Amino acid sequence: MSVRASVRSCLALAAACVLLDFAAAAEIPPAERRSGYDLMGRETRAMQDDDAGNPGMLWVLDGEALWNKKAGAADRACAACHGDARASMKGVAARHPAFDAALGRPVNLEQRINLCRTGRQKAPPLALESRELLALTAYVGRQSRGLPIKIAIDERTRPFLDAGREAFHRRQGQLNLACAQCHDDNWGKRLAGSVIPQAHPTGYPLYRLEWQGLGSLQRRFRNCLSGIRAQAPDFGAAEFVDLELYLMWRANGMKIETPAVRP
Amino acid sequence: MARAIVNVPSQAKRGEIIEIKTLAAHPMETGFRRTQLGELIPRDIIRRFVCTYNGAEVFRVDLHPAVAANPLIAFTTVATESGTIAFQWTGDNGYAVTETASIRVG
Amino acid sequence: MTTRREFMVLACGAASIAAATRARAQLDPNQAGLRRAALQEAVRKVTGVAQVRRGKVKLELPPLIDNGNSVPLSVAVENPMTPLDHVKAIHVFTEKNPLPEVVSVYLGPRAGRARMSTRVRLADTQTVLAIAQLSDGSFWSDSAEVVVTLSACLEEGLI
Repeated sequence: MSVRASVRSCLALAAACVLLDFAAAAEIPPAERRSGYDLMGRETRAMQDDDAGNPGMLWVLDGEALWNKKAGAADRACAACHGDARASMKGVAARHPAFDAALGRPVNLEQRINLCRTGRQKAPPLALESRELLALTAYVGRQSRGLPIKIAIDERTRPFLDAGREAFHRRQGQLNLACAQCHDDNWGKRLAGSVIPQAHPTGYPLYRLEWQGLGSLQRRFRNCLSGIRAQAPDFGAAEFVDLELYLMWRANGMKIETPAVRP
Repeated sequence: MARAIVNVPSQAKRGEIIEIKTLAAHPMETGFRRTQLGELIPRDIIRRFVCTYNGAEVFRVDLHPAVAANPLIAFTTVATESGTIAFQWTGDNGYAVTETASIRVG
Repeated sequence: MTTRREFMVLACGAASIAAATRARAQLDPNQAGLRRAALQEAVRKVTGVAQVRRGKVKLELPPLIDNGNSVPLSVAVENPMTPLDHVKAIHVFTEKNPLPEVVSVYLGPRAGRARMSTRVRLADTQTVLAIAQLSDGSFWSDSAEVVVTLSACLEEGLI
């Protein structure tokens, strides 16, 4: 994007701040929840729906190959322990982030995959946002397509859910905006020509037209934080996983769409 | 690496017009983008897509940087005979990918 | 921003151009002029001095698109596609992209239908032009306008 375009968008955001409703953020009633899918153009929806035309499927195919490829000192493929992913991985993406007892905190799907790689396959972890990790995550995520998100919260995960909720409602950045102000209070309205979605991570990793490629939820977080001129944590930051936990819990019951397509 | 996805019906009636959908994995780097340091990222695109039916060319596209990344090319062809429909993408930096599909025509 | 009236030498309806410029594009007027000239040259390379008539071609693009990086495009030509009467080629151009050419499609009777779909990049709100070359040497065209919106929250550089 040119500097001029980015300054223009920044000004548009600043102008929008003046116009946005500054009342206390109200959570979206469950009946009013809409996936970003419902808010995008007809053509982009068609792109997501057609496996033969959804570029995210290229990554899913790569993920399938990696699933069956032996790796690490243990010389084992994912398939060696997990068998056919279509059976064993069904529902897994729908319930992540999930609590990991050894680490004492929730981990997301990417972290879970790397824990398997290092712990079971005795292989080095895949770099965050690398094509391989995106492919495997997309492949595993694809096996939950159509299933409802099912994040269970108990006393172990509640503190992390609260941290995520707090982050979602916290004003930050030069534009002093909280996620909730756009995504709870002003979803469906337009910001610089784009429709503001409700921010439900139903389809990650997804093919974003803006990226011309597949990317993770954390990449999207970093985009948003750039947009409000806030300092973005690095990939893999704990606060990103807390926020993901909150957003997935907030989207409980909504269907997984991985690999989704978004503008 | 999944280099392309092709969608061809496995069988058809003789003379039937069939729909073919292809999707190639390629960033289609335009040559107009710059890094954060201002350096131009060199052009790297698919230049040509050719579809052959038992060796005979039936459809060809010359692509330019205006084609989106991971290009989708959908078209039709007449199911003339059983055999192999082949798809070849060629482009910058020695890029060359071939995929084939068998079709039974009766 | 001043409104701009742009003229195209080819047979594109004046009404459609007026509609496109009502949606304000961001291209600098000097750039726009250069790119228009490049478009005319690119079309001339294909058609030579032959007249290009409007009709027979149907170019379909969404009138408003989420993101200019991937705009679905379909082009079809009404034609029997027989050995004696078929479409030899379909060329697609844009008026405001850095380069005017988008795709050139070469087909023949074996295609069955003169039709093709793909996804293209549009740098700005603009007009897209499709020119079909028939086996009898005639050229036919259609055009479509697309309003291109940009993402609100832009990524900083490359990740």
